[in-house]
Amino acid sequence: MLDYAIRRVGLSLLILIVVMTAMYGMVFLVPGDPASLALGPRATPELKEALRERMGLDQPILTQIAYFFANVLQGDLGVDVWSKRPVLEQILEVFPNTLLLGVVALGWALVTGILLGCAAVVWRDTWVDRLLGVLSVSVISVPSFVVAIYGLIVFAVWLNWLPAIGAGETGDPASQLRALILPAFAVGIGWVGYLARLVRASMLEVMEAPHIRTARAFGMRERDIVLRHALRVAIVPTISILAVGFGSILSSAVFVESVFSRPGIGTLITGAVEKRNYPVVMGTVLFMTAFYLAVVTAADLLIARLDPRVRDVLRG
Amino acid sequence: MSALLSVENLSVSYRIPGGRLRALRDVTLSVRRGEVLGIVGESGCGKSTLAAAMIGLLPQGATVEGGAIRLEGEDMRHLSPDRQRGIRGRSVAMVFQDPMTAFNPVLTIGRQVADFTGAHGQRLPQAEIAAMLERVGIPDPARCLGRYPHELSGGMRQRVAIAAALLMRPDVLIADEPTTALDVTMEAQIIHLLRALRADFDGAIVIVTHHLGVIAELCDRVAVMYAGEVVEEAAVDDLFHDPRHPYSRALLACDPAVVIPGTGHLPTIGGRVPDLSVLPAGCAFAARCPLADALCRTSPPRVAGQGRSVLCHRAATQVAP
Ligand SMILES: Nc1ncnc2c1ncn2[C@@H]1O[C@H](COP(=O)(O)OP(=O)(O)O)[C@@H](O)[C@H]1O
Ligand code: SF4
Ligand SMILES: [Mg+2]
Repeated sequence: MLDYAIRRVGLSLLILIVVMTAMYGMVFLVPGDPASLALGPRATPELKEALRERMGLDQPILTQIAYFFANVLQGDLGVDVWSKRPVLEQILEVFPNTLLLGVVALGWALVTGILLGCAAVVWRDTWVDRLLGVLSVSVISVPSFVVAIYGLIVFAVWLNWLPAIGAGETGDPASQLRALILPAFAVGIGWVGYLARLVRASMLEVMEAPHIRTARAFGMRERDIVLRHALRVAIVPTISILAVGFGSILSSAVFVESVFSRPGIGTLITGAVEKRNYPVVMGTVLFMTAFYLAVVTAADLLIARLDPRVRDVLRG
Repeated sequence: MSALLSVENLSVSYRIPGGRLRALRDVTLSVRRGEVLGIVGESGCGKSTLAAAMIGLLPQGATVEGGAIRLEGEDMRHLSPDRQRGIRGRSVAMVFQDPMTAFNPVLTIGRQVADFTGAHGQRLPQAEIAAMLERVGIPDPARCLGRYPHELSGGMRQRVAIAAALLMRPDVLIADEPTTALDVTMEAQIIHLLRALRADFDGAIVIVTHHLGVIAELCDRVAVMYAGEVVEEAAVDDLFHDPRHPYSRALLACDPAVVIPGTGHLPTIGGRVPDLSVLPAGCAFAARCPLADALCRTSPPRVAGQGRSVLCHRAATQVAP
């Protein structure tokens, strides 16, 4: 198990290095010199040169990459070109907002999706199952920012039940919670449908298994079989999808944050891209990639723990 | 004493692409308290379908086309789904063929068996489950409770399955090929275990197998099945000493225990089992039967025979070859 964990973490680090090198390459492939783009057309050559030097753009690219990683290892993600504030500080300032949004969205999607998936199995081939099927497919096919815009118009503008923008007053949990409802709903709703489908399919497959027939032969109630015996088996593929899903949840959070002008990684990165603030873009991408890889790795390790057969294969 | 579990004129078919497969035709059987009934026949003759019907758990795609399955006289098929569930496990318990897949891979043995015992009331305490595991010959039963199915050998898993079924204190215990998935040594051990349990089990036992040796070791009465029908039913001794149906004879002649003297070869029954979706007009065994004549090919035989039932036109007249 430890061996496996070390290999998984090593692989993640490798992916991280490849991703960042590719990012670095992209910055130089995009037409236009970052310094001139950042300063605008009327900047003097001297000013541009000064900025290029400050951004390290005058060095050979491999040296730049090496410096970048060397700094990252010391916990230095670079400095904002404009405000001169450390990038990491800015990220850590807004990241909790994004994380909270992602976790709450995933949390409610997970609970609701699994329950609806189980309901579809318990009442399979009845109107409940069919209704859930239609609803799931509908919510999967609507993009989260569309849900966000409609949610904003209906519940914030027309009904005025929930705030339209921001993340709530600092230090006021109630207002923060109210500000979270619409974005979390928008980010999670597609996943409710997706998870309900996934759990249903995986569960129906499990329900055909001989061990479920054994449980039936002993006279167990169908509901107990679904919740106590089938779900544990059916949930394993769901967890691996979920980790990948957390990546897509965070990326829809980026759009939804913009709709609600909610401070977070999404607003930080869109702002930085607009202003060609490369250190912020690079730092944020690095941070989010690292975070995402950590989540996927943790999920793999969790699966290894949940499924005793995998656990033994890894041990032996 | 009257029958505990009886099957009357049961016909079951499976929906298959382009028609129906007649897995059971007009099957009549019964088993009394204290009796062990064997059901024997080649693979595909409908044994598992019959066993599944007896516990009310036919697979999807199966339809009962007629007949009744009675538990102490009451037709199970006319009970509500919830009452049928109430019978499963508690009145009729089942041990399945493949102990590899019969248990949930991600739950411990102790947790699963406790869940089974809890299906009709209070879950039994782990100590009581461990005591039963001990009775069926599992070493270190307390430790076994905390293990996962894949950590046990096939024989141990089958012992657990038998223990779980016994914990339900059923009236009828059905075992569908309980030893088929096991190697010879394990098979002998499980047969030994079932023989020992017979003595203090006061219900009825139904053993399904394609292996005559198992029948000889364990059963009082035997029903021989061929292509979805019971072709002969008799006391075990009678069948072994004086098989009346041509198929029963062929089956006995093919038993691995009766290797042809001198040759070392295993005799086999020539020809093939008929396709159950397009059955012949007459006797289903006619294509392979050495005694078949024109009547056999055109009209289906009826049950005949004295003291035992034989499904053959020539049951009364034939002479053993
Ligand atoms: N779920 C099913 N769908 C269609 N046909 C089936 C199904 N289960 C069994 N059969 C067919 O029914 C016949 C009897 O099968 P089965 O009862 O399993 O026989 P046995 O246990 O004696 O080997 C076989 O021809 C088999 O192919
Ligand atoms: S009815 Fe005819 S074909 Fe069928 S078993 Fe008897 S003798 Fe053979
Ligand atoms: Mg079978």
